[in-house]
Amino acid sequence: MNLFKKKNYIPLGKTAQYNRHARAEEDYSDSPIIPNGLWVKCRHCSSTIYKKEMDEFQICPKCGGHFRIGARDRLNITCDEGSFEEFDADMTAKNPMGYPDYEKVLEKAREKSGLKDGVVTGKCTIGGYKAIIAVMDSNFMMGSMGSVVGEKITRAIEKSTEMKLPMIIFTTSGGARMQEGIISLMQMAKTSAAVRKHSDAGLLYVSVITDPTTGGVSASFANLGDIILAEPKSILGFAGRRVIEGTINEKLPPDFQSAEFQMEHGFVDKIVDRRNMKSTLVTILKLHCPKEVD
Amino acid sequence: MSRASEILFNSRKVSRPSSLDCIEKIFDDFLEFHGDRCFADDCAMVGGIASLDGMPVTVVGIQKGHTVAENVSRRFGSPNPDGYRKVIRLMKQAEKFHRPIVEFINTSGAYPGKGAEERGQGEAIARCLFESAGIKTPIISIFIGEGGSGGALAMAAGDRVWMLENGMYAVLSPEGFASILWRDPSRSSEAAELMKITATDLLANGVIEKIIPEAPEGIENNVEYTTDFIKKDLIEEFKVLCAKPIDELLKERYERFRKFGEFEE
Repeated sequence: MNLFKKKNYIPLGKTAQYNRHARAEEDYSDSPIIPNGLWVKCRHCSSTIYKKEMDEFQICPKCGGHFRIGARDRLNITCDEGSFEEFDADMTAKNPMGYPDYEKVLEKAREKSGLKDGVVTGKCTIGGYKAIIAVMDSNFMMGSMGSVVGEKITRAIEKSTEMKLPMIIFTTSGGARMQEGIISLMQMAKTSAAVRKHSDAGLLYVSVITDPTTGGVSASFANLGDIILAEPKSILGFAGRRVIEGTINEKLPPDFQSAEFQMEHGFVDKIVDRRNMKSTLVTILKLHCPKEVD
Repeated sequence: MSRASEILFNSRKVSRPSSLDCIEKIFDDFLEFHGDRCFADDCAMVGGIASLDGMPVTVVGIQKGHTVAENVSRRFGSPNPDGYRKVIRLMKQAEKFHRPIVEFINTSGAYPGKGAEERGQGEAIARCLFESAGIKTPIISIFIGEGGSGGALAMAAGDRVWMLENGMYAVLSPEGFASILWRDPSRSSEAAELMKITATDLLANGVIEKIIPEAPEGIENNVEYTTDFIKKDLIEEFKVLCAKPIDELLKERYERFRKFGEFEE
């Protein structure tokens, strides 16, 4: 009888955040304390993974699902060691619309991500090939694009046009940053125009879609790559699933807007496992650029 | 009602002139062309060629309806990717034949539908922005009613952007803004106030260059009042823009959008 089966788990110790929902009167003092962040849940197969079981690629050992990965970690697995030189590291947002508490929201995002805003840009080599790289980070306000993201990406693209270098952008974004209003929308036109100049100069732009890439970023530079790669199962789409379901009054299939769905519909060139991303980029660079000998 | 909410209300009035109404009053010999040559003809987007006081021009516009039936068939002025691809096709055609382009905008945003996503709504808007940045002929965009999100921006990426007195333009509808940021769509009038959606606000921060007046008795009662202004201004402005060497025109277009952004270093 399942009803009378003995519980085979023990209550956890009361750490600051972990058990914040526990009732105050319960005494956990004798229970073991498990620190935060040692275990993570896979979004794809729902299994709980011991974090140290994962290597720098942050891939679920059970199902191969890709965890979302921060900009710094991404640079570490993409750029040649020690080659990355950051641009505009100190650029920070202002509050153009006077949105209440925007400064507080930004401060929180900085704490969470360890970044000044939602993108890191710079120069690097990948497999010995020089490139300009921009990596967005979903830990910073869901990678939303406001003035700083738009400006840093535009400058990076302009720099690569000027230096005649290939441009690589890892995208992840919930879209335009609402808190900055219309100025955020203008970043879409600004970045797209920069891509146009780069393209007219005959240079290579590789866009790498990572989970999730939606809204204003999907409707600007993310979808404008000469080559568009995507990580498995990452979401790429303009409108959000709930908005569409609400509009058409219909449930959408589970794989809707996934990288696989987008490849089937002709909007992604290739789905690349994170472990093979660097070697794929190196091959692409090799086929486009003569190797620089320093 | 605050000024911003009042304008938001006015901008959405079904009785406001549509793109086709404006086209009919401003241009002669308008010939409507259909289709994107890829998949479909989007009824939410109209376009074609016409004469502006004797000068051939290409005209495109997002079309809302005046009746429920018309609005349903035109998806309430929310284009599908096919609509944006029709714009791209007609822009390239205009470039080939050296015709200036006029774009009318009146939309709450691109259509959030299943088919729209399957056919790449994001890609279509992105491509529209990309192409607009390089089209070698002058482009003037006019907000005649609502302007929401990337679906509006896709048609407002040219050399000049104008707006009727009761037009609005925002990153998202105030309702959407309030429900995303405050989880409370009923606070939309507060959002409208905060978002600086009116023509006066947008003129002040450089998003638009000109406000076109509406008749004191209401635009629906005197459309010519407004369209006469538009016609006169278009003729004058195209004279200026067409006289510029293409390189200079494109450089200024780039700078027009390059300047947006507020940040500290």
